[in-house]
Amino acid sequence: MTMQTIYLLIPLAPLLGALIAGLFGWAISRRAAHVVTIAGVGISFLLSAYVLKTLLSGGDSFNGSVYTWLTVAGLEFNVGFLVDRLSAMMMCVVTFVSLMVHVYTIGYMHEDPGYARFFSYISLFTFSMLMLVMSNNFVQLFFGWEAVGLVSYLLIGFWFKRPTAIFANMKAFLINRVGDFGFLLGIGLVLAHFGSLDYAEVFKAAPSVQEATITLFPGHAWSLMTVTCVLLFIGAMGKSAQFPLHVWLPDSMEGPTPISALIHAATMVTAGIFMVARMSPLFELSDAALNFILVIGSITALFMGLLGIIQNDIKRVVAYSTLSQLGYMTVALGASAYQAGVFHLMTHAFFKALLFLAAGSVIMGLHHDQDIRNMGGLRKYMPITWITSLIGSLALIGTPFLSGFYSKDSIIEAVHFSKLPAAGFAYFAVMAGVFVTAFYSFRMYFLVFHGKERFGKASHHGDHTDEEEATDHHHGLTPGQKPHESPWVITLPLVLLAIPSVIIGAVEIEPMLFGDFFSDAILISGNHEAMAKLGEVFRLHGGVTGMGTHAFITLPFWLALAGVALAWFFYLKRPDIPSAIRKAAGPLYSLMENKYYMDHLYINGFAAAGRGIGVIFWKLGDTILIDGLLVNGSAKVVEFGAGLVRRIQTGYLYHYAFAMIVGAIILLSWWLGGILPALR
Amino acid sequence: MLSLTHYLGLGAVLFSISVFGIFMNRKNLIVMLMAIELMLLAVNMNFVAFSQFMGDLHGQIFVFFILTVAAAESAIGLAILVVLFRNLRSVEVEQLDSLKG
Repeated sequence: MTMQTIYLLIPLAPLLGALIAGLFGWAISRRAAHVVTIAGVGISFLLSAYVLKTLLSGGDSFNGSVYTWLTVAGLEFNVGFLVDRLSAMMMCVVTFVSLMVHVYTIGYMHEDPGYARFFSYISLFTFSMLMLVMSNNFVQLFFGWEAVGLVSYLLIGFWFKRPTAIFANMKAFLINRVGDFGFLLGIGLVLAHFGSLDYAEVFKAAPSVQEATITLFPGHAWSLMTVTCVLLFIGAMGKSAQFPLHVWLPDSMEGPTPISALIHAATMVTAGIFMVARMSPLFELSDAALNFILVIGSITALFMGLLGIIQNDIKRVVAYSTLSQLGYMTVALGASAYQAGVFHLMTHAFFKALLFLAAGSVIMGLHHDQDIRNMGGLRKYMPITWITSLIGSLALIGTPFLSGFYSKDSIIEAVHFSKLPAAGFAYFAVMAGVFVTAFYSFRMYFLVFHGKERFGKASHHGDHTDEEEATDHHHGLTPGQKPHESPWVITLPLVLLAIPSVIIGAVEIEPMLFGDFFSDAILISGNHEAMAKLGEVFRLHGGVTGMGTHAFITLPFWLALAGVALAWFFYLKRPDIPSAIRKAAGPLYSLMENKYYMDHLYINGFAAAGRGIGVIFWKLGDTILIDGLLVNGSAKVVEFGAGLVRRIQTGYLYHYAFAMIVGAIILLSWWLGGILPALR
Repeated sequence: MLSLTHYLGLGAVLFSISVFGIFMNRKNLIVMLMAIELMLLAVNMNFVAFSQFMGDLHGQIFVFFILTVAAAESAIGLAILVVLFRNLRSVEVEQLDSLKG
């Protein structure tokens, strides 16, 4: 099998599985549906791992076209693959998490009537995501970009009989359109000024247009690179849920938990991060764009984390945590520490998927109750879920030697070394974010697994349980019922994800951040020296273990510890304090409860304005002008004319005869008047 | 001696009577059929007069044809009238306005 065949097989195997499960799901058994899709993704994962291994042991990266999709005016749109170590790593992460989620789904969805449909969707997602990361040109990137958006839409609205799910998937789709509009404009600019959509050609031509300017409004010349990069990044903001286009991600939790783990935590939302890292030769040319990225990322990292503190839905806590961590990755990109951003992407994919799947396991154990106020003391009943959740939370808050520590501390340090004007604010935001992350993570952890047992009150539902749910899920445990540990198909993925969550950081930090792992994919210009300085400090501290031990005397560690301690004190020792604080901080609390009023702004501001304009066009243009004046107006004119003319048709024979005779007389006199003078 | 003018005058008078008979008549459809016959006879009168005075027999031959056709037409007209009467119980011209627009 040649390498080209392998590259082709990697995305096509999940596609085949998706097609079989999707088109013939009605005919094949449930078992066959999950066997065929898991086989597809499994093949894909094994081949991805093989490709990564080949590349790491000195194999050449591949860049070539497979198929010419269409040719327009001399411009070729190709389907092509660029397989270097960056995309190979993404392929491994995507297929591994996807495989885990496939296995998990067997347990999580086993009662659901849409079983085969679900497997078909997540396999289709895997295919789309692989097309996105393996692409070697902007068109295919955009194809994958839209395809994952589509599958995300389908999966958020998987329980399509719930009005909230339909609202959420429409919201996700529309907000992604805003980002994609910017992205498409960015691709258009690339095409207009570079004349090509192939990565390699664009990157080669990029330095030559560094000084070029573009005039969007007369009198204002802007740097072409800045405009292009900002537009491309707007696409990333939509997909990676960065402020102010973040509002769709918390609502996307309406979908089933496995896809929250796969799409809305581990893979799809990191597509924006991956894209910016892939475009590093472009972004490096514009300090303004990097500053913009820094600001957006730091706002997301800090303020979205703060919202996680007050959420009561277990999935929403993790969702806000995802937003915050995506902010960290974005900050890393802005600080030109692309390696650190992608590294955090990878570690985050493992521990966040783990946290989501663990949350799903808890939800199952409690019979689909998602409110953390109704949990507590679960560690006795769900030991595997408990341990793996603890590992995931510890990795998330950056406990030394765990994976999240290496990636997150690298980002914080990189921001520290960045010399961009926005780096100061970003440094503050990511530092404060460490405390916030630790606080909300362990607030959730303590409320769920420790403390008093608050379940068994099935009549008390949380805000987000849904009475009109399509499936026959009953909510919560009735009094006397005890939670139970989930079956092995659920706990196995938890354990398998917990392993990389612990070790992957320590194993991979040296090659990925400071080695030449990404040397062929990521390009950093000489005047952005954050990564270089980070490397010096890393070696100064004595590598992986040195970085871990040194952490105990640095600020992030103590902030995280303070966050954990405070969460323990507030939610286990003195549960009365949080409610007292909530009462004391009334306006501030309602500001956060309403998510900074962003939803209000969008729904009552932009959406209402759009609908208002639509109503004007409808009433004025359509109803009055087109329907009223043109269509019905011409009909009315004809009707009026006919009303006049029909009076002539009396129906009396003698009237017709009279008209005939009068006509005959007129004709005769006319004729005679013509010939009589001639006869004379 | 009667001149051509007298015959033509008679034809014109007959024709005028029949025209008035058609559109002044508000009562009976049979009268209207009779008026049509009269109109044809007026035309025949002109034909015969011209034939006599011009010494050409073609005109009188034509009259026979017209009379034949008129007889056939009257038969059809009367048949229609009978059916009309059976359906509407009336042959009053005033009431026959179902063609009204």
